[in-house]
Amino acid sequence: MSLIGGVVKSSTQRSGSRKPPRGVMAAGFVLLALAVVALWPSLVASYSPLETDASSTLQPPSAEHIFGTDQSGRDVFSRVVHGAQYSLAIGLGATGVALGLGLLLGVSAALGSRIVDGILSRFIDVLMAFPEFLLALVVIAVMGPGESSIPLAVAIAATPAYARVARAETLVVAHAGYVRASASLGVSRSRIILFHIIPNISGPLLVMATIGVGTAIVTAAGLSFLGLGAQPPTPEWGIILSEGRNFLATAWWIAVFPGLAITTSVVSISVVGRYFRTRREVVL
Amino acid sequence: MTLQGQATALASRPRASLAAAARAVFRVVAVVWGAATAGFVALRLIPGDPVDVMLGVQARVSESVRAEIRAEWGLDNPPVIQYFQYLGRLLAGDLGTSYQLRSPVSEIIADQAAPTVQLTAAALVVALLLALSAALLGRGRRASRVISLLELVVISSPTFWVGLLLLAVFSFQLGWFPVTASAGFSALVLPAVTLALPVAGILSQVLRQGLDHAERQPFALTARARGITPAGLVRRHTLRHAAIDTVTLGGYLVGSLLGGAVLVETVFARPGLGQVAIRAIIGRDLPVVLGVVVVAAVVFALLSVIVDASYRALDPRLRFARRALS
Repeated sequence: MSLIGGVVKSSTQRSGSRKPPRGVMAAGFVLLALAVVALWPSLVASYSPLETDASSTLQPPSAEHIFGTDQSGRDVFSRVVHGAQYSLAIGLGATGVALGLGLLLGVSAALGSRIVDGILSRFIDVLMAFPEFLLALVVIAVMGPGESSIPLAVAIAATPAYARVARAETLVVAHAGYVRASASLGVSRSRIILFHIIPNISGPLLVMATIGVGTAIVTAAGLSFLGLGAQPPTPEWGIILSEGRNFLATAWWIAVFPGLAITTSVVSISVVGRYFRTRREVVL
Repeated sequence: MTLQGQATALASRPRASLAAAARAVFRVVAVVWGAATAGFVALRLIPGDPVDVMLGVQARVSESVRAEIRAEWGLDNPPVIQYFQYLGRLLAGDLGTSYQLRSPVSEIIADQAAPTVQLTAAALVVALLLALSAALLGRGRRASRVISLLELVVISSPTFWVGLLLLAVFSFQLGWFPVTASAGFSALVLPAVTLALPVAGILSQVLRQGLDHAERQPFALTARARGITPAGLVRRHTLRHAAIDTVTLGGYLVGSLLGGAVLVETVFARPGLGQVAIRAIIGRDLPVVLGVVVVAAVVFALLSVIVDASYRALDPRLRFARRALS
């Protein structure tokens, strides 16, 4: 379970109208803008995210630099815009890997022998005993800090939750009539898993993954804030934030805007994810 | 459930609770052993020589000195022997010796545990107070919309950013709280609030959902029919029901508080276990990393056992349900 996903099943939405509520539309629009900016940052960012300018350091937000400039005279807005691609790539990539690994572990546990299931389930239990962020830290401890460690750490930290849901869903689906029917028709085990079980358990997992992207972004930013990933001056949101920490007294804008970007993205992702979840519940 | 069933349930309670206690102990041991083993295996897989870590990258030492160090730390034994030696030491409460600080890991952890425990406990209290007031205030239609938006923002904001915002506003602009982590109560306020906010958000969601659910139960209708005031209904009936749901989340929430403490300690430059862990990770001080993992596993395993036990104690339905089924 992710903290961001929340635990409340909204009861306000009825399936009557096909159009999503206004808040969800707005969140979707934010995500669309974020995707565009991540793909083509130079569309909106007029400065280089790395080029320093000694003549305009620590400038407060103005018409020229709407998010101000940092200690080396770099435009904070451009840095935040260029940072979108890192966060989105890690968020989507790590969640995809976690989903795949979780599916593999969960389905193998559910369909394996009792011993396999026992070992895998206990393994998942041990991992689930740790909060996601601490698990990611442990993975970093094993692999060593570095740019490539963070996505993998975030992915591994998120995996146990997907594995647990995948196992539970597989146990349900494996007893369904259509699975037993195809088994008695002599359909091979791998075909049943690929074409009957996985498609039917992927719904709840995908909804989970939508919200998981938000958690992954926050976890990744936290790890690079701690200095465990890419190093400055990479325009990554967590790194810009940790650089801004040293200038909090004189230049609040360096730390405030990247954090605002993280929060806005994560709120939008959660809103859309929760909408998918309520939609699913209505459909069922 | 029949009366007879209830009677047998009561009679068999001591034996049942003994079995439950045994299961709980087994679970704690299993989780800790699993974490220790996984940690040991993972850390052995790391390429590189621990001796290099101990000596620093720059050190130029002859091979005979290296061999001496290796023998002294038991690094020249085969991995399986090392593993069993490690488990044996672990049973004796010995977590090994730090490569960098050259002092026992258990001492380092014990020294730094107090600030982290203090921070986590303070944050838990703040989170409970915030969640309770949010749940009680967010009753009406409009209020509940505002509260649920606040919950969403608070849950989605990265802890380290919230901490920096609070620092910027309350320490640097207003000067209400000290900037650096000096001792004392005032230095604890901002870190505790920072750490508490996301947890408060999730607690308040659960509480509000629980209150809504309890209000639709038949007993609420009965109480209303007897003429209870809305405030009395919440105080005497529905809040208790809602509280049970939050207890199930308790272990998870304390866990995420401890995880968040790592970030909050960094933001506010507070001493604590988080700082120990980060320094050990960056410095590749493997015994310390492994020690923190094992201690964390003990804490989380104990937490989940306590939560299970208190859940059963709080909800009488659960205590009897299992008997009735068996």
